[in-house]
Amino acid sequence: MTPRAGRSLGCTAGLTRASLRRRLLLAPLAAHKGRSSLSIFAIALGVALGYAVQLINQVAVNEFSQAVQALSGQADLVIRGSRSGFDEALYPVVAQMPQVAVASPVLELDVRVLDKREPLKLMAVDVFRAAQVQPELVLADAGEALDFLRPDRVFLSQPAAEWLQAEAGDEIGMQVGLSEVKLRVAGIVRGESLRQRVGVVDIGAAQWRLDRLGQINRIDLRLRPGADIDVFAARLQPLLPAGVVIERPEANVERSASMSRAYRVNLNVLALVALFTGGLLVFSTQALAVVQRRAQLALLHVLGMTRRQILAVLLFEALLVGAIGALMGIALGHVGAELVIQRLGADLGAGQFLGLRPEVRVDPLGLALFALLGIVTAVAGSLAPTLEAARAPAAQALKAGDEQRMFEHLQPVLPGVIVLIVAAALTQAPSVRGLPLFGYVAIACFLVGTIMLMPRLAVVFFRGVPRLPRVPARLAVAQLAGAPGQAMVSLAAIVASVSLMVSMAIMVTSFRISLDAWLERLLPADLYMRTGLQNEAAFLSPEDQARIRAVAGVRSVAFLRTQQLLLAAGRPRVLLMARSIDRGDPEATIPLVGPHMVPKPGDPPPVWASEAVADIYGYRVGATVALPLGGRAERFLVAGIWRDYARQQGSVVMERDAYVRLTGDRNVNDGALWLAPGTSAASVKEAIRASLPGGLNLEMAEPGQIRDTSLRVFDRTFAVTYGLEAVAVVIGLFGLSSSFGALVLARRREFGMLRHIGMTRGQVGGMLAVEGALVSALGLATGIALGWLISMVLIHVVNRQSFHWSMELHLPWGTLGALAAAMLGLAVLTALASGRRAMGEEAVRAVKEDW
Amino acid sequence: MLSLRRLSKSFAGPRNKTVLSGISLDVGQGEYIAVMGESGIGKSTLLNLIAGLDRPDAGNVSLGGTDLTALDDDALTVLRRRHMGFVFQAFHVLPYLSVAQNVALPLALNGVPDADMQARVAHMLAEVGLGEHATSMPRELSGGETQRVAIARALVHRPRLVLADEPTGNLDPESAAQVLELLRQCVKQEGAAGILITHSRAAAATADRIYMLSGSGLKEAS
Repeated sequence: MTPRAGRSLGCTAGLTRASLRRRLLLAPLAAHKGRSSLSIFAIALGVALGYAVQLINQVAVNEFSQAVQALSGQADLVIRGSRSGFDEALYPVVAQMPQVAVASPVLELDVRVLDKREPLKLMAVDVFRAAQVQPELVLADAGEALDFLRPDRVFLSQPAAEWLQAEAGDEIGMQVGLSEVKLRVAGIVRGESLRQRVGVVDIGAAQWRLDRLGQINRIDLRLRPGADIDVFAARLQPLLPAGVVIERPEANVERSASMSRAYRVNLNVLALVALFTGGLLVFSTQALAVVQRRAQLALLHVLGMTRRQILAVLLFEALLVGAIGALMGIALGHVGAELVIQRLGADLGAGQFLGLRPEVRVDPLGLALFALLGIVTAVAGSLAPTLEAARAPAAQALKAGDEQRMFEHLQPVLPGVIVLIVAAALTQAPSVRGLPLFGYVAIACFLVGTIMLMPRLAVVFFRGVPRLPRVPARLAVAQLAGAPGQAMVSLAAIVASVSLMVSMAIMVTSFRISLDAWLERLLPADLYMRTGLQNEAAFLSPEDQARIRAVAGVRSVAFLRTQQLLLAAGRPRVLLMARSIDRGDPEATIPLVGPHMVPKPGDPPPVWASEAVADIYGYRVGATVALPLGGRAERFLVAGIWRDYARQQGSVVMERDAYVRLTGDRNVNDGALWLAPGTSAASVKEAIRASLPGGLNLEMAEPGQIRDTSLRVFDRTFAVTYGLEAVAVVIGLFGLSSSFGALVLARRREFGMLRHIGMTRGQVGGMLAVEGALVSALGLATGIALGWLISMVLIHVVNRQSFHWSMELHLPWGTLGALAAAMLGLAVLTALASGRRAMGEEAVRAVKEDW
Repeated sequence: MLSLRRLSKSFAGPRNKTVLSGISLDVGQGEYIAVMGESGIGKSTLLNLIAGLDRPDAGNVSLGGTDLTALDDDALTVLRRRHMGFVFQAFHVLPYLSVAQNVALPLALNGVPDADMQARVAHMLAEVGLGEHATSMPRELSGGETQRVAIARALVHRPRLVLADEPTGNLDPESAAQVLELLRQCVKQEGAAGILITHSRAAAATADRIYMLSGSGLKEAS
């Protein structure tokens, strides 16, 4: 070794294969910190949203499920009827069956506590029976146990006591009819699994005090050892009255969860959309990164790195981005979930899980799933450009200027067209367990197919641009027409986010305007009243109704009776609404969709089913259906299908006269009042409250107030949706800025050459501004057209299959115009800023640059 | 050691173009030859065929008895990794690796143990006069110095064949002369065969033999 070599050896002492490998893998990422950070950020945001929504849903549903199970206790089977109940005579019949070890009768009602808006769940039980089936419900201190038998006592669960700020000895007032019934708090139920607001009372006392004599709505059963649960259930079902079902306790969990499932799944999908947009951003950044490193990768191949090794290096980079993003996202998602639960509650403002205060716990499965999704998204996003780079002919890729060649290549049209055809076909597929899974896949296919066709669209669009008067503008058009692949790279994320934003804007606008029109239609009276929100013990008696009719200034009143019907085991209850309705002109009262029919003499009484009932239970106009009323299955003619935005689980409207005739129930819950000319609503409200005992418990509102409240609830529900959508848009905008910036920087040599041959900085800037504007115009036009298409899927497939709501299409022109202007402006500014950066160095240096 | 037999290559396109036709050549161990020719005549195509970066339409390329045309891409890559070194006009050093790391790259790819790798890199850097620049980054070097890094990298793993494609095209005359001298010296010292592609007579004059590539084939210049 020469002395010179000896000196050099000192400098190469730290040189190892491992350090070199590390440097080869990490240095390119470190060299483009901004771009790498952006990709990591995009993945982190998508994972965070997905994991947070998943965490909130999972925790909320778990809590809900635990709560339902706590109320069912150790029952093997539950006999369940409509909330209005069934004859308690069924209880001894069932209890004496040889297979039944214990039968526990229950009257379960949501009752309004005075001074509170939300109801308290009241569980009325036979304490001796309940002790054997639902011991948690009657687990009280020995000294208090006898209070279970006193008719004016209620035991509260800990959350209920906290909510009511009540302790043993306090009195709480409950609304029954319009009157107040007072119960004394006897103590706190010790059952640890009772984490919801529950009051426990003796069943006999409850039947008396809540005006439900002879009625129960549940019987919990424990069977003798050896009895086959399913066989027993199958044998008992035909013996039960109409509208009463026997099912396993967990069916109620499924029933309750199914009411919010569509909403939860939609939020999950929106979160995944943000992740998908993040994946497109990774695609853009990785595509640009490998374009810039094309010669470097070719050199590695020439020096002896196999194509597989190059592929592995590039995929490792994407994997690293995905893994870091996923880890950050998981942490962010956990913190976000805690914050959201604190601020909005576990139902994200949807009102599904009243009274539950879940704690966020680590969900290992969800964590692993979303971490994996983040990594897979990053790797999938980088796959196409990575494969292209690994396959590039090395000799050609080593030549200066080969980067642009990648963008000149036009992919075949057929794959993109096939993906679009598949998307169109999927829109026709039915829902899967009430979820529009094929609809979601169709939207993804529309997005992917359109992005695949972007290079072709770019060629058609840019070649169709008329000859522009100035040279810089002409150069801009020539550059874009000559590099159609560039459009796919720079526009993938932006087309996705614009189209998603446009589609959501169209869907939400259509929904809001349709809801507004629906409310207008459904609220023709001057004043509305109801006996309380979700209060199953409240009603207006015939005497109350007569008093209201007699109030001065009241021209006419239409009363409405609601009742929940159980039409099928495992499905949510359907609301029956008995009201005055003209069978010859039902359209005057409810908004019908599609054709309807007027019953002929001899036909069964008519009912009008909501779209949800038509979808879920297959009700068709002209069909005869059986509804359980008064313990019997009564036949009705389906005379029409109506649009009901208020009840996702479904509703059926029938004539009140027929209802009274079949049930004998003359009580009502709601009323619509038409006032005499010149009468003020305020004076009538006062007069009604004064004329009725307990009149202060009556809620009254004018149609404008109801409309405003409904629209406020609508906006609050969609606020979360908008939030998730905004994230997707922000990621898309980042995609536009970063990809355009990187593309411009990659063309420094070209700008240097143009400056050499006499173009001013202003002219090069102008060329870039025209390019930015044209690329954005194409992105916007495609995004808006695709957004309209996706909105059709959202309106006619996703919404219809999720919530069973139809709506009319309304385009938010103002929002779309503002969006287009903002995007165009942003693109031009990004192009100019990037151009300024690219031209910041000496043009001579740029021309000589090889990397 | 390197043997080309009746090599032909044409490129498809709107105008089908035959670039090389019936090219034969033998280069022995320790021989350093230059190939000259006009622009676009196919000098770089010839180099790509020899390196296994492109495939001939007819004929074969044999290095140390191995027929390159019979190997798949992975086998060709391994062969290049072990037995060939490259020097390009545009330098092509990785900007995110230090001088020593760039030179060490072929050794690392060949799995040479760390201690041997360090000694060999130090030796080569000393040979090309960059011993003091081992930890420098490429952006800190002049064009001539950068090309010397490329020469060290081309020879560090003791290849049988060194291919240099216009290695002085981006250099000033003084640096070009130094680089050409260094390249010849290193090739000879390491006992490799060398092929210099150039259109410069002065550059070609540093080789043992000069070949002219023209439409009529490859012929040794007198």
